[in-house]
Amino acid sequence: MTPFLELRDVKTHFPVEHGLVFRKRVGTVRAVDGVSLALRQGEILGLVGESGCGKSTLGRTILQLLPASEGTVVLGGRSLTALRGAELRSARADFQMIFQDPYASLNPRMTVFDTLAEAIRAHHAVPAGELPARVAALMEKVGLAPRYQRKYPHEFSGGQRQRIAIARALAVEPKLIVADEPVSALDVSIQAQIINLLAKLSREMGLTLVFISHDLSVVRHIADRIAVMYLGKIIELGPAAAVFDHPLHPYTQALVSAVPVPDPAREKLRQRVVLAGDPPSPLNPPSGCAFHPRCRFAVEACKATGPALEEISPGRDVACLRARELQAGS
Amino acid sequence: MPLLEVANLRAYFHTRNGIVRAVDGVSFSVEKGETLGIVGESGSGKSVTCYSLMGLIPKPPGRIESGTARFDGADLLTMGETELNQIRGKRIAMIFQDPMTSLNPYLRIEEQLIEPLLIHEKMPRAEAVKRAIRALEEVGVPDAARRIRSHPHEFSGGMRQRVMIAMALITQPDLLIADEPTTALDVTVQAQILDLIARLQRERGMAVIWISHDLGVVASFCQRVLVMYAGRVVESGRVEDIFARPLHPYNRALQRSIPALQGKGAELYTIPGLPPDVSKPLPACAFADRCEFAQPECRTDEVVLKEVEPGHASACVRVQRGELKL
Repeated sequence: MTPFLELRDVKTHFPVEHGLVFRKRVGTVRAVDGVSLALRQGEILGLVGESGCGKSTLGRTILQLLPASEGTVVLGGRSLTALRGAELRSARADFQMIFQDPYASLNPRMTVFDTLAEAIRAHHAVPAGELPARVAALMEKVGLAPRYQRKYPHEFSGGQRQRIAIARALAVEPKLIVADEPVSALDVSIQAQIINLLAKLSREMGLTLVFISHDLSVVRHIADRIAVMYLGKIIELGPAAAVFDHPLHPYTQALVSAVPVPDPAREKLRQRVVLAGDPPSPLNPPSGCAFHPRCRFAVEACKATGPALEEISPGRDVACLRARELQAGS
Repeated sequence: MPLLEVANLRAYFHTRNGIVRAVDGVSFSVEKGETLGIVGESGSGKSVTCYSLMGLIPKPPGRIESGTARFDGADLLTMGETELNQIRGKRIAMIFQDPMTSLNPYLRIEEQLIEPLLIHEKMPRAEAVKRAIRALEEVGVPDAARRIRSHPHEFSGGMRQRVMIAMALITQPDLLIADEPTTALDVTVQAQILDLIARLQRERGMAVIWISHDLGVVASFCQRVLVMYAGRVVESGRVEDIFARPLHPYNRALQRSIPALQGKGAELYTIPGLPPDVSKPLPACAFADRCEFAQPECRTDEVVLKEVEPGHASACVRVQRGELKL
């Protein structure tokens, strides 16, 4: 099977410069540092990790909102990283983004109709007479009553605004959507509506979805597979439930055990792996495996060798020198 | 006698667009050393409840319309500013969601940490600094003697929250009010902070009011829970009962809508409609419009929080009458 979306050794580095007139490069932030991934069409990939791990940067690099420093992004057989100018602009109809804050990502001076009509016309020549019907259909698809199309964003609640943002992303009939923390700004009862909607759209339209979130329980629920990032690299990749219920990488284990479970009885029995300290700076990452200073299983070899992501059992990829040994011992 | 006993608290905001009934008749108590969780969505009144106790709501437009809040016998709501200042920041401390907005960016951590000691305990400066360094060490700030000379921006988010906690606890308060202090933090850092507060609480016998919208944190951290909706308490009880046997349709709906408690990929339950606008007239039970079990009398019959099982109270009239098993 040829994958629908493929990342090959993608790196996104940012230069750190000092000086006002004579700018001097003093370092490099390796926000994304060698990520390879393959998604099939219609798959939902959950991308998780702590703040600063590079998950949002990776999302933006996939969508060519940030240029990749190295590596290629291939969507449907076409290399996006090779596209420039007008070619890239027309290719953008295939991939769209949904942002965290629906208050910031919608133009407050445009009605829902204007917002959606602009998106529809941006990529397809649609006769003006057809627009109202198209807008109404889009609104229905995301569960908004078309009679609200003359309203402005401030007249909607947070959840409804996120629906408008989703409708706008769907307007160009994309094949891939990257959603960056799409439910984090919403109340619990509203989160459920948006999660259900995204799951339904992906299922019905065969949308490929990269779902970026720091909330592991949300990702476990919606995603087919989970990729866990630490300091710019994917350190574990596998089926969502398996990664969450039987994490193999020591970092994933700590991350999962830190998520509080809304069940007092289970909480009392749980063993927590509490990590010491903060994630290290991507400006000056530790040698070898970047997680070794915080890892309870680290040995001397971990300081020297940065492990590659390897399949250690069917469908389970882990980047840890001791992964096989730890799996056998657990 | 409970450490804090709040009865019939009403805090309204008088705005141009009408009266916002942010807190509308809330009663609860906190025992010494106990951890009470207050859960609810944005606008449910959980934060305003605690801000009212501390005299922190802006007046006007805010006004305490009724109620008492007895802390160790004295009413926080009627006492004068001087008296309140003896308690606030000393016997009751508060930590907030965003440490960056609660720390003064211009001042070194040292100045901010010793301030309560200079004011409340009239401690000499040198001694206060020593105590401040010890307080930082206790909350796990490495190299405290040097870091105390830093400014807030030199700390990471998790470290800033630790500084906030050190500051709040430096006067050894009897009650700590925590308003979503871990919401902006990563889960691994959140776990560190929760462990830290639980440890300090054990060591000092301090009571904690933990405000959160995260049912997971509440389940793992609190002993008793209040569930708030539209400015009222709709359910209260021991944390095990709140989760195992919900007695209010809102609490039950909330639990069915979070992914962590549902099977993978299952359609999540969604509460129809929107959270109510508390500046508009509401039905007798504010949840009636969104409740799958609502009947006509829910909109008219007076709603009171009543004990239905021992130590477990509900404000649902149908549950109280025994008509509804959730």
